Amino acid sequence: MTELIATTPGLYPLPDWAKDELSELKGHQKGDLISGDEGPEVVDAYDRARSEVVDAQADAGLDRVVEGQLRWDDMLAHPLTVHENVETGGIVRYYDNNNFYRDPQVRGELTPSGDVAAELAAVDTDALQAVLPGPYSLADLATDEYYGDEADFLDAVAEFLAGEVDAFPSHETLFLLEPSLVENAPTDDANERASAAIDAVADATDADVVVHTYWGAIPEKTYAHLMDADVDAIGFDFVTDADASLYNINEYGTKDQVAMGLVDGQNTLVESPETIRDRVEWVDENTHTDFERTYVTSNTELFYLPVNKFEDKLEALGDAAALAEVDA
Amino acid sequence: MSNREQFRPDDHPNEHFLLTSIVGSYPKPKWLNRVSDLAEDPDSKFTEEHLHEAHDDACRVIIDEHERTGLDTVSDGEMRRNEMVEFFADRIEGYEFNGPVKVWGHNYFDKPSVVDDVEYAESWLVDEFEFTHAAASKPVKVPITGPYTLASWSFNEAYEDDAELSYALADLVNEEIEALVEAGARYIQIDEPALATTPDDYAIVGECLDRIVANIPDEVRIGLHVCYGDYSRIYPELLEYPIDEFDVELCNGDYEQIDVFTDPEFTTDLALGVVDVHTTDVESVEEIKENIKQGFKVVPPENLTVSPDCGVKLLPREVARQKIENMVTATREIEAELDAGEIDLGPEVSAD
Repeated sequence: MTELIATTPGLYPLPDWAKDELSELKGHQKGDLISGDEGPEVVDAYDRARSEVVDAQADAGLDRVVEGQLRWDDMLAHPLTVHENVETGGIVRYYDNNNFYRDPQVRGELTPSGDVAAELAAVDTDALQAVLPGPYSLADLATDEYYGDEADFLDAVAEFLAGEVDAFPSHETLFLLEPSLVENAPTDDANERASAAIDAVADATDADVVVHTYWGAIPEKTYAHLMDADVDAIGFDFVTDADASLYNINEYGTKDQVAMGLVDGQNTLVESPETIRDRVEWVDENTHTDFERTYVTSNTELFYLPVNKFEDKLEALGDAAALAEVDA
Repeated sequence: MSNREQFRPDDHPNEHFLLTSIVGSYPKPKWLNRVSDLAEDPDSKFTEEHLHEAHDDACRVIIDEHERTGLDTVSDGEMRRNEMVEFFADRIEGYEFNGPVKVWGHNYFDKPSVVDDVEYAESWLVDEFEFTHAAASKPVKVPITGPYTLASWSFNEAYEDDAELSYALADLVNEEIEALVEAGARYIQIDEPALATTPDDYAIVGECLDRIVANIPDEVRIGLHVCYGDYSRIYPELLEYPIDEFDVELCNGDYEQIDVFTDPEFTTDLALGVVDVHTTDVESVEEIKENIKQGFKVVPPENLTVSPDCGVKLLPREVARQKIENMVTATREIEAELDAGEIDLGPEVSAD
């Protein structure tokens, strides 16, 4: 029987009190967003907010606990927008959403910063899951004004991320979020490079590495190359495109472990634990695969949701995994 | 037969008439924001009734401000509205609010959820229109958020997909416009900013517009405003829309996209943004005249409406007023120059 691990891809909504408090402390303009050198009051507000979302995950019975990435004002672009050799440009659209982030313009060498490691060190749990943008998506979200060559830039971003991972405290799992593999998929040789870049980041940790993709299924050629990467699981968005996700798995196989995005991170309709469990079984039946381990998760980050529905979704994920165990 | 002549003022000084208009929102007076906060404070003696009075006062002030700039059509600057989706969702059965969600940084909005069939429960804008109509001496333009945007910027829990939700909302928008027309409204602008982010859905917006204009008399002018997107992805498809006027934001991009509308020939009226709403620099009359002339690359003067790029509510109020005033002055000067034959329209757009 598959081991079910209830988790999420992170990037949580701030608690409502923290939205107000941090709006007051930081302001509403581009220049007011997190730059990595925030003052003690801001740090303290984030510490309290972090404790709250860590507790919420424990209460919901999730098997992996994320830091919540509450400081990531620029969503997945955060590790670059706080970097000393990156300048932030205008506000640009975050994929196909009504959300915006500051364009990270890389102006110098991407040396390790330790920013994400410091966040993870502040989490009190023995089931830590680290979350980072995958190198392909992070490079895709950024503007390179230093390396000059697309392949070199991707390598530099991968090396940078590997350096960040090196500094992480002990963690059970690393989720690398790679929505750009769907939204702006590599073509030709870039497929191989994307896979190699992911490999380079995954190599920096002994923890299980999940490359999670969403907003649809990645093109089959890209998928075939991704299978070459030495990662423990690939994550699929069964909410947006179940058929194409199944196709990739059935046509090209997948890793021994899998992550199933079964809960909609962008809709307030809360899935019941029974519905989530049914969806897990549906995937198992349709892939004729007995996965060693299944990460049960939302398809996307969760900051799109109002706090009450976000918490309900955590509960539903935790309950779904528990429900399945009882049934087994 | 064009329905724009009804907006020509009796004392219009020129033979040519380029209709001047606003897109919708206008900066709220500071005191209105203050008293809105007061009305929400349970310890304050400032009641909802007081707030209603304050809204009436603010509307009169802004209508008067619009009239003093010389605009041909005016509005109340949306003094009673908070946000372009929330305001309507609050009045439509089937919606619920769960709390704020992030747009960017610490900017949030109360993105509502559609949890049941949407239904028309109470009038959305008729009271607002009737008050403005009574207080204004000029014709009133009514901006209304379009169904596609109302659907796209909500969580959809109840409908099969966003297209189905959009169509259901379009029927409600049609019902509201019928009520507005009954109350005397003759100029309606449908705002569909969400189309700019998902241009592949232009056919859904087209179907919505067909539903919206069903049984609306021809003399009612229907505009469509779409801003901050790649217009080439919805052109020439938008020419199929059953509208009198397409309102664009092009000043912000320095008219880089103007050529999009020249091939094939633009066959509806163009409402052209001629002042940028995201810079506090007030464009001079001369600059704005050059911007207006950009419109002649697309349509002849009798098919050109002049407006700001978008709602001006984020500007300081005095900056907004100056921009509108310069816009009207520039338009009147262009009209006089057209009358005098001083502007070369080029062969492709000159009237027969």
